Amino acid sequence: MRTLMGYIAGLLFGLGLAISGMTDPARVLGFLDIAGRWDPTLMFVLGGAVVTTFIGYRLVFKRLKPLWGDAFQLPTRQDLDAKLLGGAALFGIGWGLSGYCPGPAIASIGGLTLPLFAMLIAMVLGWFAARRLSAS
Amino acid sequence: MDWTASLQGLIGGILIGLSATWLMATLGRIAGISGIVGNLVTQRPKGDSAWRVTFVLGLISGPLLLMALGGDLGNVVGRPGAVVGEPAGGVAMMLLAGVLVGVGTGLGSGCTSGHGVCGLARLSQRSIAATGVFLGCAIFTVYIVRHVVGGGV
Repeated sequence: MRTLMGYIAGLLFGLGLAISGMTDPARVLGFLDIAGRWDPTLMFVLGGAVVTTFIGYRLVFKRLKPLWGDAFQLPTRQDLDAKLLGGAALFGIGWGLSGYCPGPAIASIGGLTLPLFAMLIAMVLGWFAARRLSAS
Repeated sequence: MDWTASLQGLIGGILIGLSATWLMATLGRIAGISGIVGNLVTQRPKGDSAWRVTFVLGLISGPLLLMALGGDLGNVVGRPGAVVGEPAGGVAMMLLAGVLVGVGTGLGSGCTSGHGVCGLARLSQRSIAATGVFLGCAIFTVYIVRHVVGGGV
């Protein structure tokens, strides 16, 4: 049952990314290009997603635990550190260069191109590198 | 302004929010793509991998479903009927971008979904700070690429 719930969540997420146009790097870069012909689409996507999740989480957290799990697994840290902010900065540069963040990059596999394939491989290697850096 | 594109953005955003709500309600997990997939490929956590695999399959099948329906629900700039857009650069640039996105989301514990959607919805201070930093750096990068190096495209 947990695997089916995961699939439904992924499917909703993939449909959302595709319908909103986030599987098009031009839409994302158009939003980030505030000095050019600005494309507001991503603002509506993020706004719609955050407000829906804000309301949804409040309803969900009225329960003591998830339907198929022992407990809600939420991050507890509150402090800002160099790893968080430095990581976010590196991610932002990569996002600005490509127009892909991890979700749209993976969701776009159905229209796979060589540059996207290269990005996905590099992203996975990057995750391994970050794990090694964190451990040391 | 392209109101159809904005409306589709809003509808898609609401679907992403429903996905995040669904994953928390059923499995108690944050719908952060870099966390779900990154932990799957680097650690293959025992007893905690199957739902991650099916989540990824769902993520990929969403756009495929729209393609099978003819692509009318896609929102690619200037290409009606297309669901997935073209990459913005060649292999070399995408390799560089991929490493930065992988290392950055790995060290920073999240991406646009984990920090940007779920974290902001939880009013998490760390996520609000991270989202501000990656949005700012992405805007700055696009400015440099398009208007300083590229001379204004």
